[in-house]
Amino acid sequence: MTALLEIDQLLGELENGLRQLLEDRGVAHPALIGIRTGGVWLADILGKRLGIDEPFGELDISFYRDDFSRIGLNPKVKPSSLPFDTEGRDIILIDDVIMSGRTIRAAMNEIFDYGRPASIILATLIDLGARELPIQPDVTGRTLALSSDQRVKLRGPEPLHIELQSSGQ
Amino acid sequence: MTANDPSPNHLQLTRDGQLRHFLTLDGLDRELLTDILDTADSFIEVGERRIKKVPLLRGRTVVNLFFESSTRTRSTFELAAKRLSADVLNLDISTSSTSKGESLSDTLLNLEAMASDMFVVRHSQSGAQHFIAESVTPGVAIINAGDGRHAHPTQAMLDMLTIRQHKGGFEGLKVAIVGDILHSRVARSQIRALNELGAAEVRAIAPATLLPTDVESLGCTVEYDMARGMKDLDVVMMLRLQKERMEGALLPSEREFYRLYGLNQEKLALAKPDCIVMHPGPINRGVEIESAVADGPQSVILNQVTNGIAIRMAVMSMAMSGQTAERQQKLSDTGEAAQ
Amino acid sequence: MNATEQTLRITGGRLFDGQGELRDNPGLLIRGGLVAGVGDAAARADSEYDATGCVVAPGFVDLCCNLREPGNGQKGNIASETRAAAHGGFTTVCASPETSPVNDSSAVTHLIREAASSRGAVRVLPIGAITRGLQGELLSDMAGLKAAGCVAVGNGSRGVINARTLRRCMAYAQTFGLTVMFSPENQALAADGYAHDGQVATRLGLLGIPEVAETAAVMEMLLLAEETGVRLHLSQLSCARSVEMLAQARQRGIAVTADVAMHQLVFTDQALAGFDSRFHVRPPLRSETDRRALVAGVREGVIDAIVSQHQPHDSAAKQAPLAASEPGLSSIESVLSLGLELVQRGELDLSRLLEALSSGPASVVERRAAIAEGMPADLCVFECEGQWLPSAQTLLSEGRHGPVLDRSLPGRMKLTLVAGGVAWSDAG
Repeated sequence: MTALLEIDQLLGELENGLRQLLEDRGVAHPALIGIRTGGVWLADILGKRLGIDEPFGELDISFYRDDFSRIGLNPKVKPSSLPFDTEGRDIILIDDVIMSGRTIRAAMNEIFDYGRPASIILATLIDLGARELPIQPDVTGRTLALSSDQRVKLRGPEPLHIELQSSGQ
Repeated sequence: MTANDPSPNHLQLTRDGQLRHFLTLDGLDRELLTDILDTADSFIEVGERRIKKVPLLRGRTVVNLFFESSTRTRSTFELAAKRLSADVLNLDISTSSTSKGESLSDTLLNLEAMASDMFVVRHSQSGAQHFIAESVTPGVAIINAGDGRHAHPTQAMLDMLTIRQHKGGFEGLKVAIVGDILHSRVARSQIRALNELGAAEVRAIAPATLLPTDVESLGCTVEYDMARGMKDLDVVMMLRLQKERMEGALLPSEREFYRLYGLNQEKLALAKPDCIVMHPGPINRGVEIESAVADGPQSVILNQVTNGIAIRMAVMSMAMSGQTAERQQKLSDTGEAAQ
Repeated sequence: MNATEQTLRITGGRLFDGQGELRDNPGLLIRGGLVAGVGDAAARADSEYDATGCVVAPGFVDLCCNLREPGNGQKGNIASETRAAAHGGFTTVCASPETSPVNDSSAVTHLIREAASSRGAVRVLPIGAITRGLQGELLSDMAGLKAAGCVAVGNGSRGVINARTLRRCMAYAQTFGLTVMFSPENQALAADGYAHDGQVATRLGLLGIPEVAETAAVMEMLLLAEETGVRLHLSQLSCARSVEMLAQARQRGIAVTADVAMHQLVFTDQALAGFDSRFHVRPPLRSETDRRALVAGVREGVIDAIVSQHQPHDSAAKQAPLAASEPGLSSIESVLSLGLELVQRGELDLSRLLEALSSGPASVVERRAAIAEGMPADLCVFECEGQWLPSAQTLLSEGRHGPVLDRSLPGRMKLTLVAGGVAWSDAG
């Protein structure tokens, strides 16, 4: 199982997928945005690998979550930081794990409040399925089907690695 | 023997220490105050966006309940609530029902029928918000926008945010509060916040008629002479002087007050060269402060205004969050009880 | 039981007869509303009351009680508040002149006395208003008030407009041998304050009443009493310094007596720390230093009497922010219990407490409170250790704002007799 989740291999998949997609779409100057915290580590790495010099953006979606009325505010919210204007840009939005799709919805809402981008490409390292919204990643490192007692989490930033836990252990 | 718990925390914190009302800084620890400042930092970033609005309080109703009119403070609370996507209702009670003899309890009962989620309250009587928080329906958050001479916690916290932005922190800071401390809810909250956040020294600079009895017990030193009081200061916070103070034989004249306790360039030069100048507004130029100082390079008065919106967004969302957590807790408690 | 020729014998427990120490109850015989015999004289009777485990004491006398009648009835009336008094062990209460209308005429005094004799559970002694309408400006018809049955004259909790008027009030009252009762407060210094001017008021931004508002008035009143020769009673002292001045005045031979409200002996300004408007009282609760000095004043006999300063209110009057609420506690049912807590903590002797609740205040209004042969059978029987729970359900007063609520207190009242008749009994 661990072998399947070798981080370098997944990053390679993600990098190659993105290169291909950018070429297909003819996007020359994409801007990277990572979702805190795992997505930010990935944006840092992928930015270097894809040769994007422009600093990447960091998104804290705490203010945009749709479950405020159930769980309240994240007490350790940090400011989002987008060091570029999103208006008319081609954005690569990066997160570590996609499941329900709610985080991505919140992130897209937040991005639009900075300005209307030309396009958004969604890249996730791991896709766990179990979607609750019609949102799909354009590029993904690996699709996994976990049993109900399993959890997966990206740990980092040094060394960046994937942790797979079974509550049954 | 005390009759009740003197700490207001049973009222403003949930069982697990989250804010559910924001009434006073008394009893709030450094960690919570820092959380408020950190959350406000995130809201400052929101204020710099093209769309300065987040959906946190979407569908919630915030009622600005001002028993004492203050367009300025009410406007910043209104803007803060709107930037959190709440619906806002402004009620200027000073001109409506209570002047017709309706009691505060009756006014509240009527307002609760409107199914609001939060009351932002300003009142001329110290402790009025405590009374409201004690009698309000569970789930409704009360935010204190100034009560009598007691507290103005959002003003003090926006001042702390401003200080942190300019000084990096509070350790070792020497801060003076100058002017009418006796009547000031702002000063009481500022002194409390500065002590909790670790400032090295808080000085109260005023004539004896404008200082409350045993003011040192609040956590400050007293200095009658402003020139001595300005020495080594990192921050000087001016207070507003109400015109009516001349009437109760508290001061001889505005002129004499300005000469002795007004902040001009000459007195400011006695402080550290990077000392910042603050004022809660609205400023009486030539009474508390000289224009050259108010508009000068050391003045951070306009930063205070910007920070005011962010602090109010932080406090409102945290209190609403605490109320949410408490309701979930109760649901799960009754759920367990039912099982 | 009415004041008939039926006889009652109370046996067991301990007896406090109005002075000295408590002793084993030698047996009391009550006949015709009087104490007919103590000890051997207390022979067989028609009925028996077993007071084993209890204290038998003279019924308490309250120098400051607001019965709220005449008035609009929302806050209480003579029937409800005298019933509450009986529940607290009181058999005589002085009715404050602060009624509506004010008791400044013989007509109002008669009204109070008639209501008390038809509906009152205990004896009611009216205090007349020393100034017309309690306005502090014009003299009231004091001779008429005395003739109608007022036992003293005073200005309630309100002050007199200036020292000249105060001097004339005293001189005129002295003419008729009337005792004057004043709550010492310099109005200019108290201004619009409502809390002790100390650390709690400073922290909470409450408007303070400085101690000097009381002490300056005490000094002024003592000097004027000395000059006019009037018998002065200082009501509801709150400051350590007042006790000191009182003791000195006594040494100089000035005819002055004083009381303190029980809540001043128990609570301090800390009770306001949560903006609890229940503890908005006048004079305000002061510091721990003051509280200790007041207790010492009672212990040493400088302060003659402990009063309830019972001020029942409708809930709307107390359910408001501190400054907007009306001052006063619904206290008369808890006085003994709070006193017993002081006894338990070793701050006061039980005998001194009972003296300050009975014979002490009685002598201020030139009466006697004692359990002795030939005296009216005004007495109370209570268990020191027995607990009761004051709450909105158990308080008999219309005012539900007792000083302690929903916490058990010692001092369970078993029986209160007024002229041998049952004014209150826990047997129902």
